[in-house]
Amino acid sequence: MGQIVLIPLLGIASLLAVVGAAFARDTQFATHMWLVAALTAIAAVVYSRRLSWDPSGALVERKPDLGSYVDGPIRAGVIATVVWGIAGFTVGVLIAFQLAFPHLNIEPWFNFGRLRPLHTSAVIFAFGGSILIASAMHVVQRTCHARMFGGDALGWFVFWGYQLFIVLAATGYLMGVTQSKEYAEPEWYVDLWLTIVWVAFLVMFLGTLAKRKEPHIYVANWFYLAFIVTIAMLHIVNNAAVPVSIFGSKSYVLFSGVQDALTQWWYGHNAVGFFLTAGFLAMMYYYIPKRAERPVYSYRLSIVHFWSLIFLYIWAGPHHLHYTALPDWAQTLGMVFSVMLWMPSWGGMINGIMTLSGAWDKLRTDPVLRMMVLAVAFYGMSTFEGPMLSIKQVNSLSHYTDWTIGHVHSGALGWNGMITFGVVYYLAPVLWNRTQLYSMRLVNWHFWLGTLGIVLYAASMWVSGITQGLMWREYSQEGYLVYSFAETVAALHPYYIIRGLGGVLYLAGGILFAINIVQTIRGRVAGQPAARPAVLAPAE
Amino acid sequence: MSEKIIDEPTGVETTGHSWDGIAELNNPLPRWWLYIMYATIVFAIVYMILYPSVPLINQATPGLLGYSSRADVEGELTRVAATRAELDQQIASLSFQEIAANPTLSDYARRSGASAFKMACVQCHGSGAAGSQQYGYPNLNDDDWLWGGSIEDIFTTITHGVRSEDDADARSSLMPAFGAMGMLNRNQISDVAHYVLSLSGSDEAGDAEAEARGAEVYTAQCAVCHGVNGEGNQSVGAPRLSDPIWLYGGTYEDIVRQVSNPHMGVMPAWSVRFDDATRKELAIFVHSLGGGQ
Repeated sequence: MGQIVLIPLLGIASLLAVVGAAFARDTQFATHMWLVAALTAIAAVVYSRRLSWDPSGALVERKPDLGSYVDGPIRAGVIATVVWGIAGFTVGVLIAFQLAFPHLNIEPWFNFGRLRPLHTSAVIFAFGGSILIASAMHVVQRTCHARMFGGDALGWFVFWGYQLFIVLAATGYLMGVTQSKEYAEPEWYVDLWLTIVWVAFLVMFLGTLAKRKEPHIYVANWFYLAFIVTIAMLHIVNNAAVPVSIFGSKSYVLFSGVQDALTQWWYGHNAVGFFLTAGFLAMMYYYIPKRAERPVYSYRLSIVHFWSLIFLYIWAGPHHLHYTALPDWAQTLGMVFSVMLWMPSWGGMINGIMTLSGAWDKLRTDPVLRMMVLAVAFYGMSTFEGPMLSIKQVNSLSHYTDWTIGHVHSGALGWNGMITFGVVYYLAPVLWNRTQLYSMRLVNWHFWLGTLGIVLYAASMWVSGITQGLMWREYSQEGYLVYSFAETVAALHPYYIIRGLGGVLYLAGGILFAINIVQTIRGRVAGQPAARPAVLAPAE
Repeated sequence: MSEKIIDEPTGVETTGHSWDGIAELNNPLPRWWLYIMYATIVFAIVYMILYPSVPLINQATPGLLGYSSRADVEGELTRVAATRAELDQQIASLSFQEIAANPTLSDYARRSGASAFKMACVQCHGSGAAGSQQYGYPNLNDDDWLWGGSIEDIFTTITHGVRSEDDADARSSLMPAFGAMGMLNRNQISDVAHYVLSLSGSDEAGDAEAEARGAEVYTAQCAVCHGVNGEGNQSVGAPRLSDPIWLYGGTYEDIVRQVSNPHMGVMPAWSVRFDDATRKELAIFVHSLGGGQ
């Protein structure tokens, strides 16, 4: 029905992009507009090839997706997760070695300043975001027992729209387009596009919830909804900016000084809280019980920890600005709200791990489940470390040091990474209708490579961060600095190399992961001759 | 509601719903979890009473401890300044000879100077003060000085800087771009480079003819600043060429480049940032590095 409209719409978008490129005030904006023009034109051609006229003369899709659930965009999301994961880990390893060996900085495209946001965005928004969207689509349909609201078309729009956002953000960083806000680097036009996609995602999610055939909304969906709604709010407020020209890439943020800093860290901290915590807890709440085939440990705990978590998280941002121009009262509140956040965070850990009650033996036999449980354990560790680092006295040692980087990575690599791997290992056979994964041995190898990588990373950054913090604050009796900054940098060199090696191990695990998923999709099973699987059928 | 559904392995009742096969147990909140949560809430309330916390119309509640991070820093800075004030005052008022005669004072000056050096100087001169030939930052450990190595000379250089735009009294001089401005042709530059290398005793290739031709060019163009025998001239910051110490590298190519289109270093005038005492302390520290004259 709507198919006929889509092609002219894509055509108009392409044309508008060409106009944007023609009037562009800077080459970066022009490049982006040409990119959009090309991609929309390609999309129009590709899509038109999927259409044909049926006998009655109406334009229809040749192979419509008529399954009880919309699974196409979920499969695409799983593949995107794997691809962006490898890309993000690779850039991470590169910049880790850039810090150890500055000669690896290649001006101007591949220096640390441009690759660092490429790394953070690739792992958080591309790798993490792709699996969050894909799993949200998967979970909400299954637990509501309803086909996705907006069907195929909305699902694909959200998927491709989000991928376009990633490509624009990533290419922008390499060209030097940034508004210099951590985790919110993309410029105004990319932000606007993400807003449109995100609202579509919200509509898809809410619509599916409204269509549900279950009397109650499952806990995973509370977390997904909190994640989607809060990210929308954070994104819009923190990115409020005035473009210099509507044909240029540069803009100026609405806030200034300490107000800007506070807005930024209200955003930044809740990107952690709602993107990397609430969203991933949603994944945990579906896939762990599913994989373990056990009921969730405590319904009451899920209610109490959900509401306390989302109420407290939103106030904790000022702990990123201890001992700065931020007024003392805001620092106090940021700290005490972070301390109170400890148990609400651990509620998720308890519910995740204790769901295995009565099925502990599966940890021995199922490396995928073991991966998910390890993820939850790292979640617990990071959410203890976080409140601890937010205490002002601890923060005065840890702030601006590598300890923070270690903390973030034990959360990102341990919690977000491991749970994502587990979910993808679960999803691949389900979505592609395979009886099993290509190889459980590879999963086991991935598990150990990843774990060892995290241990090297986190341990080296703890030592490095504490060394750094102690050297910075080392004063003589007369109040004179004992070490120059360059001396502290030299002291950290060995830890930077260890950190890089940890990254290499984690990346190696990621490559095994990619091989395993690709082979599973192809229907292969390790040690068995390639047998053509039966016809591709929609999952379940 | 239907009858209770009991989960086999744990013996716990479920809530009765099931989503896509996932049920939920009706376990109570773990006690330890709940009590620690209460404890953190109590901690938060107590902390908020003790420290500035609740924003009111004009200002926030100050907290019973009367803490302020700004006052804290100011207090610390004042205490430190008080311990140093007397020594700094003496250093500012005494001459370098008088400071040198007083071991307590000169020891203190070296420590204080070293600290200022770590903050302001290492970025160019390196944390060991060894400089950088690649970027033309002088080594401060040797006895080869561009603008003089007496303690007073070093103090003047630190105070006014070198070719600094912030200070009219900055040390300043200009080496002509002999190549870029067409004052010497390519062959002459090559010859003079050979001659300069021979002056420093490092022309191993030893092209005697080129050196002889270069000597003539040198006498006509270079000797006026760098001295007849390459001894340099500290009053115009012309480096000594008769030693194997180089500012911008000592290979033939480096010298050709420097004669053709010279680099000329810039150093900030530190009177803008440091008071008299600190600059004196810096001079004493740099002088003590080994090459002071």
